Amino acid sequence: MNGINIKNNKKNANKSDILRNIRIKKVKEKIIKNLLFGFGMVSVLITVAIFITLFSESVLFFQHIPILDFLTGTKWTPLFKPQHFGVLPLISGTFLIVIFSSIISIPIGLLSAIYLSEYAHKKVRKIVKPVIEVLAGIPSIVYGYFALNTITPFIRKIFPEASIYNALSASIAVGVMTIPMVLSLSEDSMKAVPNSLREGAYALGLTKLEVVYGVVIPAAFSGIVASFILAISRAIGETMIVALAAGSTPKLTLNPLESIQTMTGFIVQISQGDVVQGSIEAQSLFAVAMLLFVITLSMNLLSRYIVNRFKEDY
Amino acid sequence: MNLGKRKNANRIFHGILVCCILFSILMLAVLFIDTFKKGLPYLNVKFLTNYTSRFASKAGIKAAIFGSLWIIVFTIIIAFPLGVCGAIYLEEYASKNKLNDLIKVNISNLAGVPSIVYGILGLAIFVRALGFGRTIISGAITMALLILPIIIVASQEAIKTVPHNLKEASYALGATKWETIREVILPYSMPGILTGTILAVSRAIGEAAPLVVVGGAAAIWFTPQTPFDEFTTLPLQIFTWATMPQREFQGVAAAGIIVLLIVLIFINLTAILLRNKYQDRIKV
Repeated sequence: MNGINIKNNKKNANKSDILRNIRIKKVKEKIIKNLLFGFGMVSVLITVAIFITLFSESVLFFQHIPILDFLTGTKWTPLFKPQHFGVLPLISGTFLIVIFSSIISIPIGLLSAIYLSEYAHKKVRKIVKPVIEVLAGIPSIVYGYFALNTITPFIRKIFPEASIYNALSASIAVGVMTIPMVLSLSEDSMKAVPNSLREGAYALGLTKLEVVYGVVIPAAFSGIVASFILAISRAIGETMIVALAAGSTPKLTLNPLESIQTMTGFIVQISQGDVVQGSIEAQSLFAVAMLLFVITLSMNLLSRYIVNRFKEDY
Repeated sequence: MNLGKRKNANRIFHGILVCCILFSILMLAVLFIDTFKKGLPYLNVKFLTNYTSRFASKAGIKAAIFGSLWIIVFTIIIAFPLGVCGAIYLEEYASKNKLNDLIKVNISNLAGVPSIVYGILGLAIFVRALGFGRTIISGAITMALLILPIIIVASQEAIKTVPHNLKEASYALGATKWETIREVILPYSMPGILTGTILAVSRAIGEAAPLVVVGGAAAIWFTPQTPFDEFTTLPLQIFTWATMPQREFQGVAAAGIIVLLIVLIFINLTAILLRNKYQDRIKV
C-alpha cells in the first residue's frame, strides 16, 4: 500500500510539474506574441509621427499665411524681403522635373521591359537585366554629380542659352535613375500574362509586334500604369539630383533650360542655411514637406488602387 | 497590310527596343567612365587619410568614412531587430483582420514616402523634441526608420519561403510557435533576411537627403568618438564638395564618388554571394 502511494505521489508531482511548465510556456508565448505585435506596430507609429509632425508645424505656418494664398500664390521668396509664400513656383519646378524625366523613363523603361519580356533571348536577359538594375542601385547624389558635370556641359553645347543650373539636366538624370523602376515593374506584369494568350495570338498569324500591342500590353496594362505612377512619384520626391543640378531660383516657367527650384530643393536649401527655429521660414519648410507628403502618398495610393481595381486574373 | 510590311514593322520595332536597352547601358557606361576620369587624379592614400580642407589638393575623406561607419552600425542595430520582428509578426502571428491589413498597406506606403520627409521627421523629433541635436544618433535613427520598410518586406519574403512541412514537423514534435520560429523558421530564412538587410544598408549608405535635413555638418575635422558627436557621411561630403564654388572641388567630389561606389559594389557583391550560396539548398 505504502509503496503504491509513494509512486502515485511521484506521478502527481511529475504531472503538476509538466502542467506548470506548459502554463509557463503558454504565458511566455503570449508575451512574445504581444512583443512582436508591438514591433509590427512600429511602422504605423512612424506614419502617425510623420503626420503629427508635419501637421502641427504646418498649422503654425498657416496661422500667418492663409492656406489659399499658399496654394495659389505665384511668388516664393521666403529668404528675402518682402517675403512671399506662394508655392506655385515650387510646384511648377517639380512639375517640370516630372514631365521631362517621364519623357525619358516611361518610354525607355516600358520599351526595355517589352524587349526583356518578349524579344530577348534568355541568355541576353540574364546579362542585361542586372546591368540595368545597377542604375537603380547608384545613389542619387552620384546622379546629381553626373547631371552637373556631364549632362549640363553637354546640354550647353547644344543650347548655349541654357543656364549652368537647369531643369533639363536634372530631369535627364532623374529619368535615367527611374528607368529600372518602370522596367522591372512593367516587366513583372508582362511576365504574368499567361503564355496561352500569346500562343493563341501567334496561332492566328500575328507578328511579335502585333502580339505585344494587341495582347501583352492590354493584359498587363494595370501593372504598367502603376509602374508609371510610381516612377512619377519617385521623381517628385527626388532630392539630391535637383538640389545639385536644377538650381535654387523658384520661378513659374515651363522652359527646362532655366534654373528652377523644386519642393525638395527648397527643403535642402533651408536646411543648409542658418534659419532660426520657430521663424516663419522654418515653418514654411514643414508646409512644403506636408504638401510633398500628401502628393506622393496620394500617388502611391492611386497606383495601388489601379493595380487592385484593374488586375486581370487568369 | 501585307505580310512583308507587317514583318518589317516588327523588325523596326525590334531595332527600337534594342536602342532603348543600349541607351541605359550607354548612360551607365558614361556615368562610370566620366566620373572615374574626373576623380582618379585626386584619389590617393592621402585622400583617404586626410580630413577635408579649403584646398582641393589637401582635401580628404577620412571624417566621412568614419561618419558613414558610425551611422551604418547604429542604423543596423536599430533597424534589423525591429524589421525582422515586425516581419515575423506579420507572417506568423497576424490573423486576417482590419488592423493587420492596415499595417501591411502602411508598410508599402512608407516605402514610397520621399526620403527627405524622413529627414523632416528626424529633425522635428530626434534633433529637437528629444534633444539629441545634430548628432550621429539622430541621423542613425532617421536612417533606420527609412530602411525599416525595406527590411520588413525582404524578411517577409524570406520567411514565406520556409516550406510548410518543416513547420508542421516542428509542431508535431510538440514545439511551441516561438520555438518553431527560433529553431526552424529563422535559421532557414536567415540568408534571405540578411541579403535583404544588406541591400537596405547599401541604400542607407548612399542616401544623403534625410541627413542634409537632420544636419550632417558641412566640414568635420575629427573622427567621431561617441554616438552623440557631430558627423558627416560619404554622400554628404560629396554633396558639400560638389556645391563648392572652386572648380577643382568637382574633381575631389568625383574621387569621393569613386570611394562610395567601391564600398557599394563590395557590399552588393557580398549580398549576391550570400544569395547564390544558399540558393541551391535542398528544397523540402
